[in-house]
Amino acid sequence: MKNTSYKFPKGINENIVKKISHIKNEPLWMTSFRLKAYKIFKNKKNPKWGPDLSHINFNNICYYLKSTESIYNSWEKLPKKIKETYKKLKIPEAEKNFLGGVNAQYESEAVYERVNKDLQKKGIIFYDIDTALKKYPMLFKKYFATLVQIDDNKYSALNSCVWSGGTFLYVPKNVNVELPLQAYFRINSEKFGQFERTLIIADEGSRVHYIEGCTAPIYSSISLHAAVVEIFALKNSQVKYTTIQNWSNNIYNLVTKRAIAYENGKVEWVDCNIGSRVTMKYPCVVLKGDNSKGQVLSLAYAGSNQHHDAGAKIFHIGKNTKSRVISKSVSKKGGRTSFRGLITIEKGAKDSLSYVSCNALIMDEKSRSDTYPKVVIKEKESTSQHEATVEKLGEKKLFYMTSRGIKKETAESLLVNSFIEPVTREIPIEYSVELYRLVNLEMTGAVG
Amino acid sequence: MLRLSNVSVFADDKKIIDDFSFNFEYGKVYVLMGPNGSGKSTLALSILGYPDYKLSKKSKIFFKNKIINKLETYKRAQMGLFMSFQNPDMISGVSVYDLLRAATEKSITRENLYDEVLKLAKELQIPENILFNSLNESTSGGEKKKLEVLQSVILNCDLNIFDEIDSGVDIDSLKTITNVLTKYKKNKTYILITHYNRILKYIKPDKVLILKNKKLIRIGDSKLINEIEKKGFKNI
Repeated sequence: MKNTSYKFPKGINENIVKKISHIKNEPLWMTSFRLKAYKIFKNKKNPKWGPDLSHINFNNICYYLKSTESIYNSWEKLPKKIKETYKKLKIPEAEKNFLGGVNAQYESEAVYERVNKDLQKKGIIFYDIDTALKKYPMLFKKYFATLVQIDDNKYSALNSCVWSGGTFLYVPKNVNVELPLQAYFRINSEKFGQFERTLIIADEGSRVHYIEGCTAPIYSSISLHAAVVEIFALKNSQVKYTTIQNWSNNIYNLVTKRAIAYENGKVEWVDCNIGSRVTMKYPCVVLKGDNSKGQVLSLAYAGSNQHHDAGAKIFHIGKNTKSRVISKSVSKKGGRTSFRGLITIEKGAKDSLSYVSCNALIMDEKSRSDTYPKVVIKEKESTSQHEATVEKLGEKKLFYMTSRGIKKETAESLLVNSFIEPVTREIPIEYSVELYRLVNLEMTGAVG
Repeated sequence: MLRLSNVSVFADDKKIIDDFSFNFEYGKVYVLMGPNGSGKSTLALSILGYPDYKLSKKSKIFFKNKIINKLETYKRAQMGLFMSFQNPDMISGVSVYDLLRAATEKSITRENLYDEVLKLAKELQIPENILFNSLNESTSGGEKKKLEVLQSVILNCDLNIFDEIDSGVDIDSLKTITNVLTKYKKNKTYILITHYNRILKYIKPDKVLILKNKKLIRIGDSKLINEIEKKGFKNI
């Protein structure tokens, strides 16, 4: 850890929060924001529903870590150690072949950022969030924490007081970002929580696809990832946000993701979660404007000692708003998946349409899956539809397939791949290939 | 080709097959008959290594002169063993074509497989869309059996066990199925498990085996079928 410039003592208190803000040289309003959030975090309890979070020891977590002083904007200039880490994650290839810009995060601070010249020419702001706070304070303040309020939940409060790193993206009016933008990040220090913050603003008539992918190595003790993502899709804009997460099996992955779509705007969340010990994530779309659309496609894989409690939240407020939620979950080796959906159609959201479909695949007797759908309809002139299926993959089916000369692992992959295909076809081919690979590695037990 | 020696099969400590010994020879056609619950399907499943069935210590299954008792199912299949299932399950999201592609990845090119599957589907009168839908989803009883035959021909195994390939099949489909089985019979051993002799009008067996009360009680030629016809299994 010689490259590490700062490593804070474990635990959290007001001084730690102040110190983070001080090191980042933040404006006073942000320091106050963090301190306010700390008070709320301290008083807020864990949710009474969902997975057991009582094992998280907040005093055993390091809340800030900076690995390099400055931000690098070209690959060659990155420190060797970081380059090697990225090489293992195959970032350069992905970048070269496909991506418009990379804003990658190593430990808690963005250290590498390269914004494509074309993006800058079009007026797109694609920065690590700390830089954005300094360079675009007005734009930042206008949107930051207005969608996910500090007190939304205990972990949004925690993120609000110790947040560090993450992405800021602004797409100007009528700009269409053709290639997906992406950021890779990973947790790379034991007992170190990662609290990144993402803010995306798509101005009127713009279009953008943002991809967040991360993998993490295996750890020996509990680690926490509590992120907050806010998306603003202004009038006539379209935002797609794709996540591929592969946290190591000891990580508590508790993320608050929320988007708001204004008139005729469209937001899509594609959320693929493999790994982690506990994941709680319910991407939300507030369909505020008339004719706005929201979609949540999610995929969860839970293996041994893993619990994925995930789903979607949709609020229909504007007229003629449409939402679609597709959830696929696979549980194996005692893993558990839960689908939690909340669809609200507010009074006045006339002619709104919501469709929810959740499918669970249970690979063996030890594993389980539950569904907790909730639909609140306050507007009579609307339609809502909900479908749920649970399929158990028995010994019999596997035997049938192996009797054709197919290895058991291949047979399982075949079944799982076809099961998750409706979600994977929504993400760019390179990522879906990676996702299939991850799922198949998990299935065969090649990843611990 | 396939030699069973003192094979006893247990499920949950209950004996289902008792000391079955027989040598199935290369290139021949066998018929395995017997009343319901006599253990015919169990025997077939045990040959392929169904995990719920346990063999006694004395049991030995030789295939091509190798003991296969402990081999994983897919390896037995790759050695050239095939069985068609009596009631094949629906497998959602995986078509018969997907299945065959995975099974023949190393032996048949994709183009050839596609052509072969389509050609056979025509011979078996299987509607094309069924080949690419989830296996056995909204298919008729006859189509299910035809899909089993299709797999058998494509996989081109040396020894093929057909478990009640004739049940739930109308007369036209039965003719289609047996025509295909006869056409692709060359160099293969067939074991037909059946209750009825109507299939035997179309395929002539070399030997008839009767399984009753967990045991192999009679071995004979096609005349034995007439005897069963007259007496019923009860009096054999």
